[in-house]
Amino acid sequence: MRQIAIYGKGGIGKSTTTQNLVAALAEAGRKCMIIGCDPKADSTRLILNRKAQNTVMDMAREKGTVEDLDLDDVLLKGFKDIKCAESGGPEPGVGCAGRGVITAINFLEENGAYGDDTEFIFYDVLGDVVCGGFAMPIREGKAKEIYIVTSGEMMAMYAANNISRGVLKYAQSGGVRLGGLICNSRKTDKEYELISELASKLGTQMIHFVPRDNEVQRAELRRKTVIDYAPNHPQADEYRELARKIADNKNFVIPTPITMDELERLLMDYGIMESEEAAV
Amino acid sequence: MSTAIKDTQKMIEEVLDAYPEKAKKDRAKHLAANDPSGQCSTCQVKSNIKSRPGVMTVRGCAYAGAKGVVWGPVKDQITISHGPIGCGQYSWWSRRNYYNGQTGIDTFGTMHITTDFQEKNIVYGGDKGLDLALHELRGLFPLTKGIGILSECPVGLIGDDIEAVSKRVAKEFKFPIVPVRCEGFRGVSQSLGHHIANDTIKDYVLGKGTLETSSPYDVALIGDYNIGGDAWASRKILEDMGLRVISQYTGDSTINEIGIANKAKLNLIHCYRSMNYICRHMEEEYGIPWMEFNFFGPTKTYESIRQIAARFDEKIQQNAEAVIAKYKPVMDAIVEQYQPRLEGKKVMLYVGGLRPRHTIGAYEDLGMEVVASGYEFGHSDDYKRTYPEMKEGAVIMDDATLYELEEFTRRLKPDMVGSGIKEKYSYHKLGVPFRQMHSWDYSGPYHGFDGFPVFARDMDMTVNSPTWDLIRRKK
Repeated sequence: MRQIAIYGKGGIGKSTTTQNLVAALAEAGRKCMIIGCDPKADSTRLILNRKAQNTVMDMAREKGTVEDLDLDDVLLKGFKDIKCAESGGPEPGVGCAGRGVITAINFLEENGAYGDDTEFIFYDVLGDVVCGGFAMPIREGKAKEIYIVTSGEMMAMYAANNISRGVLKYAQSGGVRLGGLICNSRKTDKEYELISELASKLGTQMIHFVPRDNEVQRAELRRKTVIDYAPNHPQADEYRELARKIADNKNFVIPTPITMDELERLLMDYGIMESEEAAV
Repeated sequence: MSTAIKDTQKMIEEVLDAYPEKAKKDRAKHLAANDPSGQCSTCQVKSNIKSRPGVMTVRGCAYAGAKGVVWGPVKDQITISHGPIGCGQYSWWSRRNYYNGQTGIDTFGTMHITTDFQEKNIVYGGDKGLDLALHELRGLFPLTKGIGILSECPVGLIGDDIEAVSKRVAKEFKFPIVPVRCEGFRGVSQSLGHHIANDTIKDYVLGKGTLETSSPYDVALIGDYNIGGDAWASRKILEDMGLRVISQYTGDSTINEIGIANKAKLNLIHCYRSMNYICRHMEEEYGIPWMEFNFFGPTKTYESIRQIAARFDEKIQQNAEAVIAKYKPVMDAIVEQYQPRLEGKKVMLYVGGLRPRHTIGAYEDLGMEVVASGYEFGHSDDYKRTYPEMKEGAVIMDDATLYELEEFTRRLKPDMVGSGIKEKYSYHKLGVPFRQMHSWDYSGPYHGFDGFPVFARDMDMTVNSPTWDLIRRKK
C-alpha cells in the first residue's frame, strides 16, 4: 500500500489533478482511495459525481463525538470503486481546521478505512503546510511520498519551495520523501524549462507536465474527471501518463529547498523577472 | 558585607552545587541573602521570569490568576471556565473565598460552570456553544448580575471571538458579560492573569455601578479575597474606625461593588500583587489615592490603622485610637498566652501574593522569626517591600524548587514551614511541622483582631503538636 500526499498552492489544481490521476489509476485496475484534507470538502466531488455530504467532522458534530461515528457513514465509493472520505471542518474564520484533519485521519485509520487491498491512498491537502494539522498526512507512518502541484507562476513556485521546507522537516524526523513536482500548466513563459529547473534545484524531478486544456473545465462542470467524461480525449491520456509515472516512480528524495533570493534569481535567469538594475 | 550575609550566601552556593552548570547559574539569580539596608548589590533576586524547565516549579498559569484569584470570588456573577473540563474542575472553589448569600439563587461562588469543550468545539469553534451557555445560565439563574468568560488555552489557540459573543449577549441581557483572555500559556505565572483580570474590571465593570449616597469616609477594600472570612475581619476594623466600606473586592463581592470602587475617597489595598493595577488605574483616571496596609498581627494592624486614619479627619483618628485601645488588651492576652510556647521558633515561608512579607509581623508578635521567605510569582516591587521586613542574612527565594526548599529546610532547621498544598505532604514526610498558608489550611480568618487569635492558635497547634514527635525527622 502506497500512501501519497498532494500539496501545492491554493487554487493550483490539486484536487482536480489528484482526482483525474486517481481515476486513471482506477481505470487501469488499481485499488485507490482519496482522503480530502480540506474543510471545503471538494477533494472527491469528481469521483462521487456530487459533493460529499457526510464528512467525518460534520458527522462527528451531528452525532456528538467522533467515537459515535460508523465508518460506513463517511466512507463512500465512487467512479471505479474508488473509496472516498473527506475530513471536513469549519467554515472559514472559525475553529481549527487543522485539528479536524488530525481527528479525521485518526478516525479513518483506527477504524480500518484503508482496508487490506487498497494499493494507493491519496491525501489531498489544503494549500500550504500552515500548521501541525495539515502536516498530519506526512507524519510518521502515514504518507511516505509527496507530490507538489505547481505552475510557472511565481507564487506557485514560492509555495512549492515552502512546502519542500515542511517536507524537509518531516523527512528528517520520519520517512517522508518528495516524489516530484507536477506542473499543472498555466501557459506562462518557458514554463516547462522553469519547473524542470526548479525541480532539479529542489533535488527532485518534474514528474509530468500537464498541459492546459478546457476539457478539464467541461468535465468539472459535470462533476466528472476527464477520464470519466471524455475517456478518448488527449487530456485523458495526459492524466493516464501522469498516473503511470507515479505508479512507476522510484525517484524519492529529501528535498533541498532554496532561498527566496535563489528563487528570484531563477526567475531572472529565465527572463520572467527583470533584475533590479534592468528595472531601473 | 556582614558575616550573616556571607554565611547565607555560602549556604546558598552549597545548595546550588547539586545543579548542572546552566541550571545553577540560572537559579543563583533567584536566591539571595537578605540585606535590609539595600546596600548589597548581590542581595537582590531576579523575579517574574520564565521558570526553568525541570525544576518542578509550583507556579500556576494566567487562567489560575484570573479565574481562581480575581474573578472567581465575585459572588453574584457566574464564572464560566470556557474550554475543556479540566481547568474548571481543578480550580473549583479551591481558595475558600467565603461569601453571604443563597448559592444557586443570588450567589454562585461555589458553583462550577464550564462549556466542556469536545473535539467538535475545537474544530468548529466554541462561540455557538458559549452563546448557548450564556442563555442557559440566564434562564437557570435569573438573579445573576453578570457573567465572566474565563478563556482556557484552546480558545486562544483556535482564535474564537469571545469578545464579539460577549458584546452581543451583554446588550441583550443588559448586564456585564466579561471576556477574560487569560489563556494559560500567556505569561510566566499566574501573575499575568491578575493583570489581565484587572484590565477587564477596568474595561467592563468599573464606573458602571450605582451608589446612592456618598460620604467623606467612603473607602474601598481591594485585593482581599475573604479566605476563611479575612475580608470580614478587615472590614470590621475599618467600620469601627468610622469609615464606610462602599466596595470590597473581590472576596464576598458583587458586580455593583466593583462598579463603584471609583467613588471611594481612598483605595485600601491588601494584596498589592494581584490588584495594584486597578488601583493605579483609578488613581490616574479618577484621582483616587491608594495605600497598602497590613492587618496581620497586632503590631502591624495598629500601625496600619493609624496610617489609614491619618488620611482622614480628627474624628476618624480618635476612633482609630479608640479601636486600638479596645482591642489591645485582647491582643496582649493572646500574645501572653501563645508567646511562651512559640518564642524563638523559626519559620520558613514560601507563598504567593503578599504573605511572604505581610505575615512576618504576625509571627514576630508571637516571638517567632521568619528565617526564609519567598514568592511564587512576585515581581521586583514585591521584593523591594520584603527586604526591609526581614533580618539580615535571611534567605530570599523566588520561584523556589522543591529541592531548594528541602535543602534550606535541612540547613536552617525551621520549626515550621508555611507554604502550599503542593509542598505540604512532602514536608509531612520530612517530619517538619507545616501550615498551608494559601488558604490557611482550612482555618481562618487570619486578618485583623478577629484573625490574630485564630492565627496564634493555629501556629501553636502546628509547631507544638505532639504528632511530630511520633515521626522521625529526616536528617
